[in-house]
Amino acid sequence: MSDNSHTSHKAHGYGVYVLIWLSLMALTGITVAVAGINFGGLTVATALVIASIKTYLVLTVFMHLRSETVVFKVFIAVAMFFLIISFVLLFTDYSFIVRN
Amino acid sequence: MSSSEHTVSHIHRDDIASRMGMWLFLFTELLLFGGMFILYSVYRYNNPDAFHLAAKELNTIIGTFNTAILLTSSLTMALSITAIQRNNKSLSIFFQLITVVLALAFMVNKYFEWGAKFHHGIYPGSDTLLAKPSGEVLFFGLYYVMTGLHGLHVVIGVGLILLMTYYTAKDVITHDNYMKLESAGLYWHLVDIIWIFLFPLFYLIT
Repeated sequence: MSDNSHTSHKAHGYGVYVLIWLSLMALTGITVAVAGINFGGLTVATALVIASIKTYLVLTVFMHLRSETVVFKVFIAVAMFFLIISFVLLFTDYSFIVRN
Repeated sequence: MSSSEHTVSHIHRDDIASRMGMWLFLFTELLLFGGMFILYSVYRYNNPDAFHLAAKELNTIIGTFNTAILLTSSLTMALSITAIQRNNKSLSIFFQLITVVLALAFMVNKYFEWGAKFHHGIYPGSDTLLAKPSGEVLFFGLYYVMTGLHGLHVVIGVGLILLMTYYTAKDVITHDNYMKLESAGLYWHLVDIIWIFLFPLFYLIT
C-alpha cells in the first residue's frame, strides 16, 4: 500500500473536541455580553477579534489543520493573505475616494 | 482481511490530494462570501447609524441560539470522524444524524426568524421596507442575501451529510477510507466559520 492512501493525521480523541466546543461556546457568550458595552470604534474590532479566535480554533482542531503537513498551512495562509489584501486595498482605495 | 487489503492496494487513492482539492473548493467559497463581506463593510462604513437602527429589528436571542446550534453541530461532525477512525461505525452514524438534526433545527429557527420579519412587512421590495431610509434598506438587503446564501449552504450540507451517512452504512466509508466524510466535515466547518462572522456583524450591532 502506498503511503498516501493512509491518512496522514493521527486520530484526535473525543475529549479535545469537547474542550474546543466549550471554548467556542464561552467565546460566543463573551461576544454577546461584550456587544452591549460601547467601546466606540473598538466595538466592531472586539467582535472581529473574538470571531477570529473562534475561526482559528475551528480551523486548527475541527478542520485538523494542526496535524496537516506544512504544505496545507502555507496553502491556507496564502489564501487568507490574498483575501485580507483584497479587503485592505479596497478599503484604503475606497476611503481615499470618499475623502476626496 | 489480507485479501481485501490486497485488492485495495491496487486502487489508486490519494487522500492528501483529496483534502487539498476540498480546501481549494473552500477557498472559492471564501471568495464568494468574502465579496459580500466587503460589500457589507463599505455599506456599513457609509451608513453606520442606519445599520445600527436596522439591526435592532433582528432577534439577538434566536441569533445566539442558532450560533450555539451550529457550533454544536460542528462538534458532532468532528466526533463522527473520530468515531469512524476508531472503527465505531454505529457511533459515527449516530453523530452524523445528530449533526443533521441540529442543522435542521437551525433552519427551523431561520424559518421563524424570517417569518416574523415577513409578518412585520420587512422583506425585499416590500412597501414597509422601501419606506425606510436607504441605509436600512441596504442592511436588510445584505441580511437576506448573506444569511440566505448561508442557509442554502446549510441545506446543501444536510444533503451532503445524509449521503455520507448512507455511505457509512454501506461501508463505502470505513475506518481506513473516510476521506469523503472528512471532506464533508471540512465543508460543514466552513459553513460554521461563515456564521461565526455573520452573527456579530448582523445581530450584535448595538
